[in-house]
Amino acid sequence: MVEACFFAGAIGAIGGALGVVVLRNPFYSALSLIVHLVFLAGIFLLLRAQFLAAAQIVVYAGAIMVIYVFVAAYVGDVDEPVLDSMPRLRVIGPILALALFVEISIAVLGSSLTALGTEGKADVGAGFGTPEAVGRLMLEDFLVAFEAASLLLLVAAVAAIVLAGRRRTEGGTG
Amino acid sequence: MAIEWYLVLSALLFGIGFAGVMIRRNPVVILLCLELMLSAGALAMLAFSRMLGNQDGQVMVLIVLVVAACEVVVGLGLVVAMFRRRLPLNVDEMKELEG
Repeated sequence: MVEACFFAGAIGAIGGALGVVVLRNPFYSALSLIVHLVFLAGIFLLLRAQFLAAAQIVVYAGAIMVIYVFVAAYVGDVDEPVLDSMPRLRVIGPILALALFVEISIAVLGSSLTALGTEGKADVGAGFGTPEAVGRLMLEDFLVAFEAASLLLLVAAVAAIVLAGRRRTEGGTG
Repeated sequence: MAIEWYLVLSALLFGIGFAGVMIRRNPVVILLCLELMLSAGALAMLAFSRMLGNQDGQVMVLIVLVVAACEVVVGLGLVVAMFRRRLPLNVDEMKELEG
């Protein structure tokens, strides 16, 4: 049962990821990434990360992808040139990506992790990955990281306004 | 499901995202592929978290989610600024710094 769920999620996630890379229209790429994230959230559930699966769908597939879709619609259909200025990159890119995949796989599977081949720690407890447990950990042990993240979000919001806002003083660029 | 399946899946998704960054020219799609790589990293982190039976990794994935949101906001702000200045939305042609 777990195997079936994992392979269904994996096939969906890989299909969505390939769609992001292959589809020509950025709008469809964004929609394909939503598919990928939903399937990935299913795999998160298999790893006993219920809260993060929900956060992934609400924050990523919900909020962040809405920004992408808005920008893709605002910028419009950018015709990507078929004849690339760097055609060599189209050949080298996938080869390098494949090499990266093989290298990471060898590095992980050849490592001396004792849990390889097992399903991880057997008894993690019923509260593992629940909002209660993760929230308690975040507000007790990782309070500094939590506050830094909120500061980072504030800075990013200000940066987006500065970058994308209209400049009346320059004239002509707005 | 053994842990290495999740790690290999994470490596594969990371590779696909990397290929997208290398192949595509549109900055919006390159940002989407960066999201792919970030989510692959999150998957590996959750697999290790499950392996150790320790929830610290889940908190880190939450922080990664925040960093991804910031990266998207700044990146898309740049894309909108490029579009407003009528610059080509093609990373190959954007190779000179302009004031």
